[in-house]
Amino acid sequence: MKHDTVIIGGGLTGLLAGINLQKAGQSTIIVSSGQNALHFFSGAFESISELPPLVADTFAEAGVRVHYKEGVSLLPMGNFRKSFLSLEDLDIFPEAKFASKALVVNFMGYHDFFSSFIAEGLENAGIQTRIRFIRLPEMEHLRQSPSEMRSVQIARTMDRIWEKVVQEIRMLLKDEDAVILPQVFGLQDTTVPGRIREAIPAKVVFTGTLPPSVPGVRTIIQLRRRYEVLGGTYLMGDQVIKAHVHDNTVHSVATKNLESHYLEGRSFILSSGGFFSKGLTSTPSRIFEPVFGLDIEYPEDRNAWYNPDFMGRQPYMEFGVKVDQDLHAISGGVPYTNLYAAGGILGYSSPGLGYAGGMAINSAFKVVDQILKDTRA
Amino acid sequence: MNLQEYTSSAYNFEECTKCTVCTAYCPVLGVNPMYPGPKQAGPDGERLRLKDPYFFNYALKYCMNCKRCEVACPSGVNVADLIQAARIKYEKGKPKLRDVILANTDFMGTLARPFAPIVNGVTGMGITKSVLDATMKIDRHRTFPKYSSRSFEGWLGRHRKEQAEYPEQVAYYHGCYVNYNYPQLGKDLVKVLNALGVGVQLLDGEKCCGVAMIANRLTAQAKKNATHNVEVLKKAVDAGLKVVTTSSTCTLTIRDEYPHLLDIDNSAVRDSLLLATRFIFEKLENGATLEFKPGFHMKVAYHVPCHMEKLGWGVFSEKLLRMIPGVEFTLLDSNCCGIAGTYGFKKENYEFSQTIGAPLFDQIRTVNPDIVACDCETCKWQIEMSTDHKVMHPVSILAKALKDND
Ligand SMILES: Cc1cc2nc3c(=O)[nH]c(=O)nc-3n(C[C@H](O)[C@H](O)[C@H](O)COP(=O)(O)OP(=O)(O)OC[C@H]3O[C@@H](n4cnc5c(N)ncnc54)[C@H](O)[C@@H]3O)c2cc1C
Ligand code: SF4
Ligand code: SF4
Repeated sequence: MKHDTVIIGGGLTGLLAGINLQKAGQSTIIVSSGQNALHFFSGAFESISELPPLVADTFAEAGVRVHYKEGVSLLPMGNFRKSFLSLEDLDIFPEAKFASKALVVNFMGYHDFFSSFIAEGLENAGIQTRIRFIRLPEMEHLRQSPSEMRSVQIARTMDRIWEKVVQEIRMLLKDEDAVILPQVFGLQDTTVPGRIREAIPAKVVFTGTLPPSVPGVRTIIQLRRRYEVLGGTYLMGDQVIKAHVHDNTVHSVATKNLESHYLEGRSFILSSGGFFSKGLTSTPSRIFEPVFGLDIEYPEDRNAWYNPDFMGRQPYMEFGVKVDQDLHAISGGVPYTNLYAAGGILGYSSPGLGYAGGMAINSAFKVVDQILKDTRA
Repeated sequence: MNLQEYTSSAYNFEECTKCTVCTAYCPVLGVNPMYPGPKQAGPDGERLRLKDPYFFNYALKYCMNCKRCEVACPSGVNVADLIQAARIKYEKGKPKLRDVILANTDFMGTLARPFAPIVNGVTGMGITKSVLDATMKIDRHRTFPKYSSRSFEGWLGRHRKEQAEYPEQVAYYHGCYVNYNYPQLGKDLVKVLNALGVGVQLLDGEKCCGVAMIANRLTAQAKKNATHNVEVLKKAVDAGLKVVTTSSTCTLTIRDEYPHLLDIDNSAVRDSLLLATRFIFEKLENGATLEFKPGFHMKVAYHVPCHMEKLGWGVFSEKLLRMIPGVEFTLLDSNCCGIAGTYGFKKENYEFSQTIGAPLFDQIRTVNPDIVACDCETCKWQIEMSTDHKVMHPVSILAKALKDND
């Protein structure tokens, strides 16, 4: 099967690149061996400080609403982090003390929302905090299987019964000027968070939970739908296992499901993510990129790969495949003519592109420009 | 059970990183609180079951084996295989009479076909449905698939000579549905393949693929069918034939469930068994052409069946449909229709089944296509029962769009 561009990995990077290549008139296909890092997303894109207008448009056209302003966001562990860009669910405040008194509300039996850590973080920021649990008959059935009482299951129920939650909160609310809720609203009905904000006479702040991330899952669904409406083909659950390369040029790739039916393309984007997504893999002695065997720089001494201080900066997070100025992937010191790497697979070490979610966005846009330039030439 | 050969480790469960992604995509977990969900029923439960079978949970029967958890899992865990393998290994007690009847699609077909008008009339009657509901726990809302009075095998047998004249030949594994309920799909396939210069043969006596037997724990019977099918497929493959299919579920079962769940070696035939849509697409890609009716117009919305998502071959149907001049194409969102074969026929599952399918039905109503395209027979029943829209197989749509050569 022939396409202009074959995209390996359908997370944030692959989807943004695919959407913009389709918009530029290319035919593309995305192969993704499973779901992606957005399922663990806090809602705040790290390391971004400037938002090119094209990025805002791309999100808006897919129905993904974002905040873009300088400030701080409240993270799931109760700490605050500098933010410029976040999904609409997550607020960006001018400063950590965004209220004088806060009510943290959780659901009885839900263990994936750290209300006491959040309360501690708020107290540290000078916000007086109360924690309350609510219990609704409509949620009792979720408690039958406590191990699976997870954000997405609650969110499915909340799309229907959010008004009852609002009533409960209004009864609990005393003189607080802020209410903190877990991010379990607006999975299918994206208007719900906004309506909750309107219905409660205090500032409503949605805060991240343990995975799956409800705003992350919703964003992926929206981006994929947009990509498919633009005519893109998304193969979910399939894996690129082999590449056919000649003279530093990729001709086609083979996948697990399509076997002998190869995917041919003029350009290839490797956006297969970091260690978590298996874009990068390791054994006790070696770190490698499994599809093309791209160059990766890392210390030989395994002890230098990680920091024994668990919460400290981890060196392995910085490892990534090597690319040239224009994101052409490099193997054996030589850049490919038509293979580009972007997103999580670059690690934290690509200068100028930032890291994490910010880098995924920046590199996705850069790779599209570069491909259009290279193929026009 | 022999999953080890196919996965990186026995049952593959230690590949699980506990990331919870699968729990967001299980259609059953979203509606049935009795079901523990893919992570708990699969890798988490497996760890306990290996220690002591006491931990086997009978609620695993609510799993539809739709494989959506496997498609979503970023770590390549065969979650649904783990669950089905556990059911085969640990579930005690005989399957109910109802399950045996629902599972025996070809036996039922053989019995019912000669009396098709009567059987269709009887199973369509309100009173019969109420009796089935009360005595057998087959939900009264279900419409039974209609039986055709003439089998596809009989029809193709009568056309054997002219089919043999085509320069290129394939064998066709038609499955129970085409044979007993809907021979027209088989005829449509023959029409399209003939237009490509390919003649169609029957296998030397195929049997039901056994998917419903696996789901209803008639494992010994499923193994018997599997062994038989691999034998007849091998005969065709040895004679140099490719074998085409039209059912995504039969294809997945023969290619993947035989080795994964039934421990039947299919390596000699696996690569030669292809969905017809893939076979046709590859022909066209290699230069063959089809002539279409001028002025053909059809608004088509394509639903990718769950097992097609797992196979990863929906792309061939999609590309074929998009290539027909006059087709206005919409790809429906990835959702389960809720029927999952015999699952949705059972009274205890009916409500869940309809709730699972609701987002798909809503989207179909919104898109309001002339035809819903889908490669799965049970999805067809479910969508036609739950919406006012007709469902056609992509191959039948191709056949309808072809220029008549007279
Ligand atoms: C747990 C976690 C939490 C995070 N939280 C944040 C956050 O709060 N804020 C932030 O800014 N950033 C966060 N990040 C980082 C950010 O999410 C990622 O940098 C970004 O989403 C990466 O997107 P990507 O598309 O490049 O890769 P991914 O999202 O990792 O997607 C890669 C995809 O490629 C697929 N794939 C891999 N190999 C193959 C193959 N051979 N063939 C086909 N497909 C393949 C994978 O299955 C996966 O779906 C987090 C990352 C992780 C892991
Ligand atoms: S998606 Fe896969 S790795 Fe994640 S919890 Fe489920 S089975 Fe485990
Ligand atoms: S196979 Fe389907 S029903 Fe069973 S656990 Fe997986 S997603 Fe759920």
